[in-house]
Amino acid sequence: MIRVVLPQHLRTLAHVQNEVTLDVTGPVTQRSVLDALEDRYPMLKGTIRDHVTKERRAFLRFFACEEDLSHDPPDKPLPPEVASGKEPFLVIGAIAGGSL
Amino acid sequence: MSKVRVLVGTKKGAFILTSDGKREKWDVSGPHFTGWEIYHMKGSPVDPNRIYCSQTSGWFGQVIQRSSDGGKTWETPGGGMEKDARGWPKGESNKFVYDQKAHALTTHQWYDGTQHPWEFKRVWHLEPSLTDPDTVYAGVEDAALFRSTNGGSTWEELSGLRGHGTGPKWQPGAGGMCLHTVILDPSNPKRIYIAISAAGAFRTDDGGETWKPINRGLKSQYIPDPNAEIGHCVHHVAMNGKRPNTLFMQKHWDVMRSNDCGENWHEISGNLPTDFGFVIDVHAHEPETIYVIPIKSDSEHFVHEGKLRVYRSRTGGNEWEALTNGLPQSNCFVNVLRDAMAVDSLDKCGIYFGTTGGQVYASADAGDSWNPIVRDLPAVLSVEVQTLS
Repeated sequence: MIRVVLPQHLRTLAHVQNEVTLDVTGPVTQRSVLDALEDRYPMLKGTIRDHVTKERRAFLRFFACEEDLSHDPPDKPLPPEVASGKEPFLVIGAIAGGSL
Repeated sequence: MSKVRVLVGTKKGAFILTSDGKREKWDVSGPHFTGWEIYHMKGSPVDPNRIYCSQTSGWFGQVIQRSSDGGKTWETPGGGMEKDARGWPKGESNKFVYDQKAHALTTHQWYDGTQHPWEFKRVWHLEPSLTDPDTVYAGVEDAALFRSTNGGSTWEELSGLRGHGTGPKWQPGAGGMCLHTVILDPSNPKRIYIAISAAGAFRTDDGGETWKPINRGLKSQYIPDPNAEIGHCVHHVAMNGKRPNTLFMQKHWDVMRSNDCGENWHEISGNLPTDFGFVIDVHAHEPETIYVIPIKSDSEHFVHEGKLRVYRSRTGGNEWEALTNGLPQSNCFVNVLRDAMAVDSLDKCGIYFGTTGGQVYASADAGDSWNPIVRDLPAVLSVEVQTLS
């Protein structure tokens, strides 16, 4: 079971209160986790990754285990602590995002 | 008794203001979609309970919201109602992908003079169909026109516009290269007008298949050829549906008028203190009565002389009177953005506008006197009005 923590605005959009849990088949990577997340919560499509290119939106970051994984290749395995459910995969709104 | 519903989009959420036909006491609902930029909300003319909303964010991109009960509840169309085979909701309502089958993903002029590929950023304007509540048009940045025929669940680009041969010469204005104005001709279902900053105005007479620039008569000193076919920074265009061949335009500088569906334009700035501005609108019952709010200049985006004045012309332009009763006449330095003025269809016609200072002003007597409906909202991006029977 993979744990994912979303920013508050995306929790509102997805109608969830706290962190979400996902079943991921195969290797646990950014891509497989986000695929499973969008599969379960389709309203989040396009809000984390571009609809077509699947690239991370510029002002979102991916953290886990106190590491910034935003620039890791999408198919690189996530830390074992994330794969085991011990630690969550964090989607974070960057300080530079949003508007005044 | 008639009612009025004012839909206000702000930098940090949506607000819905309602009143009876007297338009004296107002209920304020909101913020909806707290923290998101609400570029535009607009209701269907054939089903006023159907309202579309453009919700955007620098972090999370574009979301389309839809209400079917007049703004009491909202849903992401396709995100809650339609289910796939497993029972999960489908989510395509925020998928704005340029149609590269009909027209290749071309480039436009970038700030540094190089060519830059089209990139979707946000929906600036939603224009519901005049006849079908499930059909709605979206004007987007980078400039293109999309259409949904299923209530906003999915979108297709009318790519003949972006594919227009002049596209490589279009360039972003200060707010980005946005398609901000969509006007549907009530007398001709195949005719649509749009305007882009900074490309100009365009018209289709075949439902969006082909488009022609309609900028003859516009003069813009900030482009190499002031009379060029395209490149003009049109800020807003307005039409009274009872006289659909007549259009009024607030350009970057200059207030303009066309009597022939945009084929030719002539200036009607007349005695305005400055002819820079963003909004322009037409009285609901008097097609020759128009409203603008002059802004000091393109580098000083606030009202002239610290006075918030709406200017009204009852002669279709050139002769303007300042409307100040109830509006601040000192130390006022707000702006009124291009989609932030609207009119109701009551008698007398109501006029509404919102400021970057967060006030929404209303006049229930066609502009003779004004009152703030609400103060101290986040900066207002858009104002639309629904007249409800």
